[in-house]
Amino acid sequence: MSAIDQPTSTSFLNRMSDAFWRRPKLLLALMLAPPLLWLGMIYVGSLFSLLIQSFFSIDEFSGVIQYEFTLKTYGELFRPANYDIIIRTTLMAAAVTVASAIVAFPVAYYAARYARGKIKALFYLGAMLPLWSSYLVKIYAWKLILAKEGIINWIVDGIGLTWLLKAILSIPVIGGNSLSVSYIGTFLVFLYVWLPFMILPVQAALERVPGNLLEASGDLGASSRQTFTHVIFPLALPGIVAGSIFTFSLTLGDYIIPQIVGSSRLFIGQAVFAHQGTAGNIPLAAAFAVVPILIMALYLWAAKRKGAFDAL
Amino acid sequence: MTTAVEFQNVSRHFGSIKAVDDVSLKIEEGTFFAMLGPSGSGKTTCLRLISGFDRPTEGHIQIFGETSEGIPPNRRSVNTVFQDYALFPHLNVRDNVAYGLMVKGEAKASRLKQADEMLALVKLDDYGDRKPAQLSGGQRQRVALARALVNRPRVLLLDEPLGALDLKLREQMQDELKSLQQALGITFVFVTHDQGEALSMADSLAVFNEGKIVQIGTPQDVYQRPKTRFVADFVGSSNVLPPDLCAQLGGESKWSSLRPESISITEDATAKVSGTVKGIRYLGSANRVAVAVADTEISVMPSASSPLPEIGQSIGLTWSNDALHSMDEE
Amino acid sequence: MHSDRPAPLALKVAAIAGLLFLHLPILLIFLYAFTTEDKSYQFPPPGLTLKWFAVTWNRPDVWEAMRLSLKVASVSTLIALVLGTLTAAAVSRAKFFGREAISLLVILPIALPGIVTGISLRSAFNLADIPFSTWTIILGHATFCVVVVYNNAVARFRRLSGSMIEASMDLGANSFQTFRYVVLPNIGTALLAGGMLAFALSFDEVIVTTFTAGQQATLPIWMLEELVRPRQRPVTNVVAMVVVILTFLPILGAYYLTRGGTDTAGSGK
Repeated sequence: MSAIDQPTSTSFLNRMSDAFWRRPKLLLALMLAPPLLWLGMIYVGSLFSLLIQSFFSIDEFSGVIQYEFTLKTYGELFRPANYDIIIRTTLMAAAVTVASAIVAFPVAYYAARYARGKIKALFYLGAMLPLWSSYLVKIYAWKLILAKEGIINWIVDGIGLTWLLKAILSIPVIGGNSLSVSYIGTFLVFLYVWLPFMILPVQAALERVPGNLLEASGDLGASSRQTFTHVIFPLALPGIVAGSIFTFSLTLGDYIIPQIVGSSRLFIGQAVFAHQGTAGNIPLAAAFAVVPILIMALYLWAAKRKGAFDAL
Repeated sequence: MTTAVEFQNVSRHFGSIKAVDDVSLKIEEGTFFAMLGPSGSGKTTCLRLISGFDRPTEGHIQIFGETSEGIPPNRRSVNTVFQDYALFPHLNVRDNVAYGLMVKGEAKASRLKQADEMLALVKLDDYGDRKPAQLSGGQRQRVALARALVNRPRVLLLDEPLGALDLKLREQMQDELKSLQQALGITFVFVTHDQGEALSMADSLAVFNEGKIVQIGTPQDVYQRPKTRFVADFVGSSNVLPPDLCAQLGGESKWSSLRPESISITEDATAKVSGTVKGIRYLGSANRVAVAVADTEISVMPSASSPLPEIGQSIGLTWSNDALHSMDEE
Repeated sequence: MHSDRPAPLALKVAAIAGLLFLHLPILLIFLYAFTTEDKSYQFPPPGLTLKWFAVTWNRPDVWEAMRLSLKVASVSTLIALVLGTLTAAAVSRAKFFGREAISLLVILPIALPGIVTGISLRSAFNLADIPFSTWTIILGHATFCVVVVYNNAVARFRRLSGSMIEASMDLGANSFQTFRYVVLPNIGTALLAGGMLAFALSFDEVIVTTFTAGQQATLPIWMLEELVRPRQRPVTNVVAMVVVILTFLPILGAYYLTRGGTDTAGSGK
């Protein structure tokens, strides 16, 4: 038997394997080719085509797309009607983000700090299952809840707070005829659907706080409240920022929730959908679609400086 | 004597870093060869060059007279015992040991029998059904050994295999590895940073520093006649004395090494030099006495029977002439 | 950061309230699946009945939508498994130029709002004159499912020690044998978990699907139409309940499969 070259069959697989050893980059290239082709070409390619289309414009009379570079379409975004849509969506995204942070924090804090064993698993699953369960079913559930004949009105009537509900609904701008056609309703649904996206990163960030930091703080004379304000909350902040990336981004781009629960005034997502549909105004739809990308890019840049990506 | 492994001016560069720098050596068949050196000195890289997980940038490596270039690791008659043992967690011990036979297509009954025989050799007879997670560090190490040996390699490479074990276990494994090697007659190439290990187990050893081999020889050679200051310091500890002092003491006018245990304390006129005791450190099995001589400090380890001096006392030191070993370089 | 002292009451209440807020609405749907009232969403339900289950069973459009959803989810998951595993293996085992860019690339389809992904793919298909069909739906789904598999696979690959792979080759196995006998058994459960999550994600997806579908209706699209133009409300409720139960199982499964590691499946959506 040869001293070093053990006899193995010179099958195709063996020869390929030898080739991989001789040229490790070959193996790497083969492994990366399919995903890069798929994601790089198909996905990134279509993103580019979208971006390019936003620089085209549509002739208002003929409805034909002019394939020339222009900023006119972006200019149209500043028309009051369109501009309103952008402001409306951004404000809603901000409101949802703040509210979800407030609601999520106790859940995440309790789960990270006090829950153990089975309870901890329960909390984790409790946040994760809604995260992954059907998006539409969740929206639908709220349509049922918010309906005039639904459970909220039934409870409110039952405990005699109908006047309060009417008062809330008559608040200008965010009120409406009923909860299911008002901004309040839309807000509640957004909050509900994105809440798990906030709970999980905050919990992850809180879990990373080493217990001995709290002990050190106490040892140095801080009260529980001071420890919370000066140690726990700042360390949870990256988690909150990480969660806010989700809530903000998801609200900016959503077009289904406002359509099902909300007034007839449009959000960015609906505008994109409407314009690319029968109107065929792809450039404007593309321009609208670019807006959330830009807003999120800005937001991500600010978040990165706050170190949110460690909590992701 | 056949040469099992030969390095001819082998270098391995990583960009501008020379992990292995113009190394030449010959390992004789059937010997226990140790590669000794601090972390990053290139010894592990050399091991990986033999097994095929790394390829030289320059130079040639021959295994039993045949060039190893272009031969992937899975086709070399070389097996490795990895530092972290690298046992397969999803297989039981027996299947781990039989793995090499399995991938070469050996029949199930035959390979499991050979695995059991090898486990008996490493004294793990009844452990075949257990999973690696259920074993202690020492047991895992033996499984890794059995797994490598069952393939009847012509060269066995061991990459700091005893590092994770505690002292007693380590010493026991050193004995076992040595007797195993002698019984099997396979060439062992053993990498370690522990000079005591290398000295006690090796038939010959190479001292590495910064990618180069600084000295090759038998353990006795390397310890008693270190070529450079680095070797003198790394292999055991030594007094390294400057040329002018050596000339005064009757040796050559070169940097020289003087082992502490070869110096004895004496009162009479046979003393070669005298100095003041600066400090005494108790080591359990011995004492280390620091003596100020001229501008430098000499470490002395007197034999247990001789009386300990006191701090501040002036004493005389003597040694046999060949204990003062002059070195070629610093 | 654990505390041995019991939690303040207010915190406990707030935490439990938060969890209940998350789960009660869905349970409500289950209740509505049994109501006798089919013209409105009246609460409390005037009566309870099982008849809607039979009605749903006999609705051919529900079955068609379900079949399509299952087909799309299966094929997309398969594609995502292959692409995700390849990428994860490359990224975690080798250093190369652009490694971080690849991680970003994989996460992009799910990081950007669904509407952006949807409209990009739609306009790309239009430009390339590709007709909308089941395959365009699958193309869209596979693209954002890759990251789910990728996250799980990468987390597991990181725990796979490199010396194990070297040991396998040292003992005589070629690359393919090493993959089959050493790598695959050790990443198997992570791939399974990733696959299950990808399945659930695809099964539930609606935003990108509305852009990439032709006349076909997956189950979520069917449900969307029912939401906008309800026909038989309780049927929708029944379907909703079934969907929740159907997606509950793979999620739970994925959780148990990856519980041991630091990156439990699902936390990286």
